[in-house]
Amino acid sequence: MLLVPCPNCGPRDASDFKFGGESSSRPDPRTATPEQWRDYVHLKTNVAGNQKETWYCRGCRTYFSLHRDTVTNIFGAPQS
Amino acid sequence: MAEGERGKPAKYSAAGLLRRGLKGESWPRVWQEHELRTTYDAVIIGAGIHGLATAYYLAKNHGINRVAVVDKGYVGGGGSGRNTAIIRSNYLTPEGVAFYDRSLTLYNEMSAELNMNVMFSKRGHLTLAHSDAAMRTMNWRAEVNKLSGVDSSVIGPGEVKKLVPSLDTSLASRYPILGALHHPPGGTVRHDAVNWGYARAADALGVEIHQQTEVTDIFVAGGDGPQNKGTGGVVKGVRTTRGDITAPVVVNCTAGWSSLIADMAGVRLPVVTHPLQAAVTEPVRAFLPAVVVSGSLHVYVSQTARGELVFGAAVDPFATYSTAGSLEFAEGLASHVLQLMPGISNLRLLRQWAGLCDMTPDYSPIMGFTPVDGFICDVGWGTYGFKAGPVAGEQIAEAIASGKTPELIRNFALERFADGRLVGEKGAAAVGH
Repeated sequence: MLLVPCPNCGPRDASDFKFGGESSSRPDPRTATPEQWRDYVHLKTNVAGNQKETWYCRGCRTYFSLHRDTVTNIFGAPQS
Repeated sequence: MAEGERGKPAKYSAAGLLRRGLKGESWPRVWQEHELRTTYDAVIIGAGIHGLATAYYLAKNHGINRVAVVDKGYVGGGGSGRNTAIIRSNYLTPEGVAFYDRSLTLYNEMSAELNMNVMFSKRGHLTLAHSDAAMRTMNWRAEVNKLSGVDSSVIGPGEVKKLVPSLDTSLASRYPILGALHHPPGGTVRHDAVNWGYARAADALGVEIHQQTEVTDIFVAGGDGPQNKGTGGVVKGVRTTRGDITAPVVVNCTAGWSSLIADMAGVRLPVVTHPLQAAVTEPVRAFLPAVVVSGSLHVYVSQTARGELVFGAAVDPFATYSTAGSLEFAEGLASHVLQLMPGISNLRLLRQWAGLCDMTPDYSPIMGFTPVDGFICDVGWGTYGFKAGPVAGEQIAEAIASGKTPELIRNFALERFADGRLVGEKGAAAVGH
């Protein structure tokens, strides 16, 4: 079982959350081309290692970002 | 040893089995070990069904046999040996149905073609519907299937009960069975036999299989990205843990790690890797005559020749490269499958495992050429790669030999995401296998 550290509710089972996928920066809507939008929507880095990602907590109904190692499933920012 | 020579694998037959049994002779190796050469006409990354089938059809249909199939693990060690071995062609889109039906044809001929008994059991495939919405999708699929000439029809709960008496078709069930999509040509195949059959046949045609050979980089020249990789580049070869290889064609036939391999060539993929767990029970007497799938209950089940029940489910709900199993999965699986078949509540699980699935946004694969010349992808196989292995190999081999994308896989090109022409198969591929 994966325990996800919610900033409001503390560590809870992954089934209490919705996984939102890897974080990426949205292109500027005023200048973005269709190609940039499609890349933003579809293309992924899908890194094997530390990833910044979005989760939604069904308990406190909050979206938040976390770092997780996608190979070991250990949460936490990358060690620099 | 004459029978082990190139182009002439030891023929498997009943007479041969008897002769060798009586004489106590050993069988020749199924495929040979080779020194890694420095140049090949094509390097295929991934020695699973897709990679081996590609190599086999390259050699057989197109005479291209200076081919190396490299794998960081062993033959069939990834998804090709972890799937639940179900094949079918009752998909939702016309392009999907045509493609998977060609694969079913190849599976039908496979035992004779490869001189290897792949134990194809054409036992029929039932996709149960528990809601009006699911019934509507089943009717939709049945009509698309019929138009493509695929044997597929919607049946009621009475007929479901006749086909599979162990199912609870009463209305008292929490999720009553309202009907099912019945697909008689579907069934199961022994996945290891498919791996070994393709490996043996490709090896006999001169293809070299290199296990324990991990690709660590792909050489690209002239691209617009960092290190001259990426769009507009031309592939030059690969770096492996056993040395560098020069090759004009590099094929990415990996699952799980396809994003990482593509990244080595500077190509980004619309792929997210999720694990898919499966489990198997202790063996019992044969009682389940068909493959049974329930999309609403996230489960599919079939009985092996040994009598074990093989279960699969939906992919795990978050992306990871870990293949660790979870108790959560086993609990969910048991509660769901007991809704369908209350009679098996005393069966014990023997083991559970996980394989990595490369999920794409539209639940269809990514096949064909990429923005890097010579770098070809056969990836994004999500939870449906096993049933498509033979046809994907055949079509990718044709693409390599002709330099053109074959008609059957034209709609599955990587460009579809940039062009907005997705092939939505979620309704037929999300859980049901």
